[in-house]
Amino acid sequence: MDAIILQILNGLDKGSAYALIALGLTLIFGTLGVVNFAHGALFMIGAFCAVTLSRILTLSHTIIDETQKDFLGNPLKVDVPYVHDIFGVSTGDAIIDWAVPLSVLFAIPIMILVGVIMERGLIKHFYKRPHADQILVTFGLAIVLQEVIKYFYGANPIPTPAPEAFKGSLDFGAMIGFDPNIIIYPYWRIIYFAFAAVIIGGVFAFLQFTTFGMVVRAGMADRETVGLLGINIDRRFTIMFGIAAAVAGLAGVMYTPINSPNYHMGMDFLVLSFVVVVVGGMGSLPGAVLAGFLLGVLESFASMREVIDIIPGINQVIIYLVAIIILLTRPRGLMGRKGVMED
Amino acid sequence: MRNLEKSDLTLLIAVAVLTLFAPFILNPFPADSAMAQFNAGYPDLMQRFVIFGIFAIGFNILFGLTGYLSFGHAAFLGVGSYAAVWMFKLLSMNVIPAIILSVIVAGLFSLLIGFVSLRRSGIYFSILTLAFAQMMFALAYSVLTPITGGETGLQLALDDPRILGQSQTAEGNIPVPGLFGLEMRDSFDLAIGSWVFTFNIGYYFCALVLIAAFYLAIRIFRSPFGMMLRAVKSNQQRMNYTGLNTRPYTLAAFVISGMYAGLAGGLMASMDPLAGAERMQWTASGEVVLMTILGGAGTLIGPVLGAGFIKYFENIFSKINATILHEWFAFLPDGLEDFIVAVLYPFIGKGWHLTLGILFMMVVIFLPGGLVEGGQRIAAWAKRRKSGQGSTGNKTEPAE
Repeated sequence: MDAIILQILNGLDKGSAYALIALGLTLIFGTLGVVNFAHGALFMIGAFCAVTLSRILTLSHTIIDETQKDFLGNPLKVDVPYVHDIFGVSTGDAIIDWAVPLSVLFAIPIMILVGVIMERGLIKHFYKRPHADQILVTFGLAIVLQEVIKYFYGANPIPTPAPEAFKGSLDFGAMIGFDPNIIIYPYWRIIYFAFAAVIIGGVFAFLQFTTFGMVVRAGMADRETVGLLGINIDRRFTIMFGIAAAVAGLAGVMYTPINSPNYHMGMDFLVLSFVVVVVGGMGSLPGAVLAGFLLGVLESFASMREVIDIIPGINQVIIYLVAIIILLTRPRGLMGRKGVMED
Repeated sequence: MRNLEKSDLTLLIAVAVLTLFAPFILNPFPADSAMAQFNAGYPDLMQRFVIFGIFAIGFNILFGLTGYLSFGHAAFLGVGSYAAVWMFKLLSMNVIPAIILSVIVAGLFSLLIGFVSLRRSGIYFSILTLAFAQMMFALAYSVLTPITGGETGLQLALDDPRILGQSQTAEGNIPVPGLFGLEMRDSFDLAIGSWVFTFNIGYYFCALVLIAAFYLAIRIFRSPFGMMLRAVKSNQQRMNYTGLNTRPYTLAAFVISGMYAGLAGGLMASMDPLAGAERMQWTASGEVVLMTILGGAGTLIGPVLGAGFIKYFENIFSKINATILHEWFAFLPDGLEDFIVAVLYPFIGKGWHLTLGILFMMVVIFLPGGLVEGGQRIAAWAKRRKSGQGSTGNKTEPAE
């Protein structure tokens, strides 16, 4: 029992990342009808927003500190971050410590901007072209974005720690009556899950309860009619692309403490996210979220020692295996709509 | 060779001449000149040209003719490599049985995967092939380590049985792959003046296989079967309405292209007898897609051109570094020189993938037919120029 709870918890944070990326992919597919292979790159750019902000915050200048001496008796040179000058030492340190959560605010405008530029500059021209062309051009774009990031940040993973306050782990088992130290769960992963839930809820609420969202949903159902009613649906779809980019970016920002960002993390997640989207059903938002969490949890169950002992290697292939089975038995995915992407 | 149309025959001869004289064509600069670094006529690179050429020709039979975009073709290449290395370990160092086995094994795998994947089309097909390939990659990397060698890859060892050959040579070394006494790595240098041309047995073996593979591809393209595949690409629904089951045809195309990939994998292992799982990763599958699109999907010569183009620039571009750039632009004033070098630097050397990505995007956006279409456009433009500028005004547009 305790092992099962632990695996469910372990699956949730990875599942959250899958769900967020798959949500963005589905938003883009549902609104613009474009298969975006560069979505993993957006996730990666989000992660590097966090890296950039923490680098900006730790920009420092060197001063000579007369009060401290090195062993020869000379005054010591100390690096002082600019934030210390502006906010004072203790507030400055707190800001540096909280770089990753602060990056969320920093990343939103950047990601929306990146998304809008991408849509207006490139994807707009590919609405009428076959899906194969869309896949290929966004695949090329993903390579370019990845290489640009590699050029500026190097090829090695860059550790970006979570704030000190969230470093520890929660003894979840003790809270619900198991022995202590059996089910422990890092605080940051709880935060990641909560964050993902808030974002997913926010996107759904935005689509469900605002006029803008209503128009977008109408546009997803029948673009032409909405256009004929005199609504500039293209502009709204562009904004939706920006929002989808921001969702992927935020997923990346918050993921940095879990896994140090490197330039190919986007590609690693992209393949899995596509599988998630297809399993959930192309164009179905609830399907994408459901499949994301489902596959995340399944993956962590498959990595249990007991399961690996029975079927070796199952943890490596479980997601693909599930995808193959689902595609062959339920061609539209778990919650796919009729008439979407059928040929 | 009979029964070929004249244009196809010209194409075949062109490919044959290009591959057979490649050691000359690719080494246009004297060996000790400053330009010698652009020479691509060394065996290792030339072998890669033709092997990836074969891979791309095979991929094109599936993607170019039927329009099914497979994102998992590298898996067949990897399987072929493993099969060939196992043949070297167990039977003998002769390349013929190794290559035959790798083609057969790749064919069986593609039959299985194709049978399942081809139930769906469009993006679902791409995802299915991707999922299968990633699964095979993950398994080869982890659980199947006894068969695949895992992370280190599959290598030959001194105590392999090699029933028909010998376990080790008289000097106690691991024998090298060969063809009835001809060693694949053997090559001899021909020096004419200050030019040095290298002729490598392995390369010529691959080149002959490439010519045969190309000839086979021409026959497939021009056969009723090829026509059927093209019909699938242009309108599969209509084919189904006429009461024709298209799946056997697409499956046959999938298996044929899988066998081409296996052939390429087998050749790769014959040139350098080791096989690793990274050959099966999906980025490797992406690479063959790039080659085919860049050269021109659906054309005969396109994939070969694309493979050569990418492999050439991958090797040559990535060798250029900042010092070499500084030498080139040394004639400019210092400030300007530094500026130009700084601008160009991100695109060369390690930044070669950036150039490749940009190039690939440009091709998909502006030139969906690839290099072949580019060539045709230039030819058409030159023809128009030649036939007189005055006649351009009354050019008739084809009725849609």
